[in-house]
Amino acid sequence: MTLLFFYLMAATVLTGGLGVVLIRSTIYAALFLIMSLVGVAGIYILLSVEFLALVQILIYAGAVTVLLVFALMLTRVEDLKERFDGEQKPLGAIAALALLGAFIAMWSQTEWPRDVDQITVVPFATISDALFGRWAVPFEVASGVLLVSLVGAIIIAMREGEEA
Amino acid sequence: VEVVSADVPLEHYLVLSGMLFAIGTYGVLARRNAVLIIMSVELMLNAVSINMVAFAVYTAPSLFTGIIFAIFIIAVAAAEVGLALAIVLRVFRNRGTANVDEINTLRW
Repeated sequence: MTLLFFYLMAATVLTGGLGVVLIRSTIYAALFLIMSLVGVAGIYILLSVEFLALVQILIYAGAVTVLLVFALMLTRVEDLKERFDGEQKPLGAIAALALLGAFIAMWSQTEWPRDVDQITVVPFATISDALFGRWAVPFEVASGVLLVSLVGAIIIAMREGEEA
Repeated sequence: VEVVSADVPLEHYLVLSGMLFAIGTYGVLARRNAVLIIMSVELMLNAVSINMVAFAVYTAPSLFTGIIFAIFIIAVAAAEVGLALAIVLRVFRNRGTANVDEINTLRW
């Protein structure tokens, strides 16, 4: 049953991903991206990390995709065929397949505990304890990064000669 | 501590994340619209997150560093998307295109 759910979610993730890179419509690509990201949230639920699944749907499927759709709207160009894929297409496919082959070769040759028959659920409280305890400094740095990139994005996108 | 049985082998998650990463790589290399390239980068970031969370849950549940990493990846990805889209918007306003092949002023 769990395995079936895994295959369902994996199919969602991969179909969405293929839609993002193959389809010839920018707005459909954005919708396929939402599909893929929701599938990743399902994978997190399977791994019993519900917190990450919630954050994934809130931030990725919600905020990030809306931002991308806005950018698509503001940089609207006519949907010409040659505007989507360049002549690097076959080389890109070869590179991606070679990368996948290298990954699979690495996994089959690396040693790690393979026979894990049970996983421990990490509760919310433990994650937050670690985030505000052991990882407090990176957490603060991340908030600084977010603030700086927010201000930077506003400055970059502002029209020239315009007062803030 | 609550323990559940692991019905899905770890390798399944790794293969899924590798395939998603390969799809994202192909998108970055083949797509020419800057916004579509950013979408493909998001796919690659998600593939890395799946990999890290799977390893954290299966092999080091007492440390769960991979879960913390995934949280930071989401935070950095949000910052990256905001900044990258501002740059794309600025380039589009100045040059009237979001096609990365036509933005070649710095090319030798």
